[in-house]
Amino acid sequence: MNSESLGKGWDVLDSQERARFEQLVLPHLDAAFNLSRWLLRSRADSEDVAQEAMLRAFRFFRGFNGGDARAWLLQIVRNTCYTWLEKNRQVELMTEFDEDLHQQSNATPETLAIAGDNRERLTRALETLPVRFREVIILRELEGCSYKEIAAITSVPIGTVMSALARARQRLQRALTQPAQQEASHEL
Amino acid sequence: MNCDFSGTLLHGYLDGELDAVRAAEFERHLEDCRECTASLGAAESLRATILRAQLYEPAPLALRKKIRSEIKGAAEAAHGPKVNVWRWIAVAASLLLVTGAAWYALQRNSATATSATTVTSAEMLDAHIRSLQAGHLTDVASTDQHTVKPWFDGKLDFIPPVKDYLDEGFPLIGGRLDVLGERNVAALVYGRRKHFINVFVWPTKEEDTPIHPPGSRQGYQWVHWRHKGMEFCAVSDVNAQDLHDLAQLIVQSMDGR
Repeated sequence: MNSESLGKGWDVLDSQERARFEQLVLPHLDAAFNLSRWLLRSRADSEDVAQEAMLRAFRFFRGFNGGDARAWLLQIVRNTCYTWLEKNRQVELMTEFDEDLHQQSNATPETLAIAGDNRERLTRALETLPVRFREVIILRELEGCSYKEIAAITSVPIGTVMSALARARQRLQRALTQPAQQEASHEL
Repeated sequence: MNCDFSGTLLHGYLDGELDAVRAAEFERHLEDCRECTASLGAAESLRATILRAQLYEPAPLALRKKIRSEIKGAAEAAHGPKVNVWRWIAVAASLLLVTGAAWYALQRNSATATSATTVTSAEMLDAHIRSLQAGHLTDVASTDQHTVKPWFDGKLDFIPPVKDYLDEGFPLIGGRLDVLGERNVAALVYGRRKHFINVFVWPTKEEDTPIHPPGSRQGYQWVHWRHKGMEFCAVSDVNAQDLHDLAQLIVQSMDGR
């Protein structure tokens, strides 16, 4: 009669389940940490958030229906990060996503190569992007996610991923080249 | 940026996400469109730049260790080490039958069962086990009864008796709202050495009943009693005597002894 509530009670109880979690989900801890580090722009905060997300994933593991464990985990990580940002840095989430981007980027392969040789500068440029642009860059370029995975992780239609990436890359190019051009003009 | 393709399709092409037909179309377009050729070059260069910068930040070793041990802890807190799950399920199923029947009998015998709360042992065990999972134990974590008691104020339609029994070896750890038998109940959490005891409390119109001989099955036990319009269920993996002692302490302090 109470088989359902009984089932809930066994969440996480099974040592086999735990082994399965450790085998399927735990290996993606690097991905979890990397994503939260870039979303939160802070290593210290992302240690806490990645840990919280991992424990949440553990608790909800019964809800994982197989399939792509990394995408499943990263979705939880992303949600946990957004909750954290809402609580601690609400301003960042209000940054306009649909900003007018028809402004032409002057990036050429050459200026980019010069600017990008500097890891710090690239980090700074990435961190100036609104979080919703930043996340698609991280997922695509650092994590190597497919559009389908990015769509699942960020809860947007797959068709939106391509345009989000396009805009994010244009923004990043601008952020990278503009300071370089300014510096160049100072030298002149 | 006049070319429609350079805005979006180009990126699908760069990421290898276009189907063969659209990719071929785009390649034909590239032959004629200088803008797209330039944009593609810039996008490829950006990608190379990101790769070269090695921005990926793997998790610190300490974090990995911490999470491993927390998961181990959460799992063991929830079921204790070396538990045979199937045996548990069998045990719980038989408990359900026995206590379900007992409750049914109780309800039938009770003349004033109008608003009685029916709680099955499975539900109670569920609530206990759930509470042991990370972050679920207490809503208000405090060893101070004067913090825990007011916390329930306004959250429940009754006032549970809250007292710390640190000196008697049952330190108060905190309180929590829980749901049993489709009603909100107070859950008081006590410690006993390294174990936790959940004491569920809700109001009742039934007569007082003594502290029941414990329900006891392979690890979890519980005792049940009613006293002065309150119904209690204490659940834990500590031994039956400990549970009985705590129950007695609660009864005594309600009597002002």
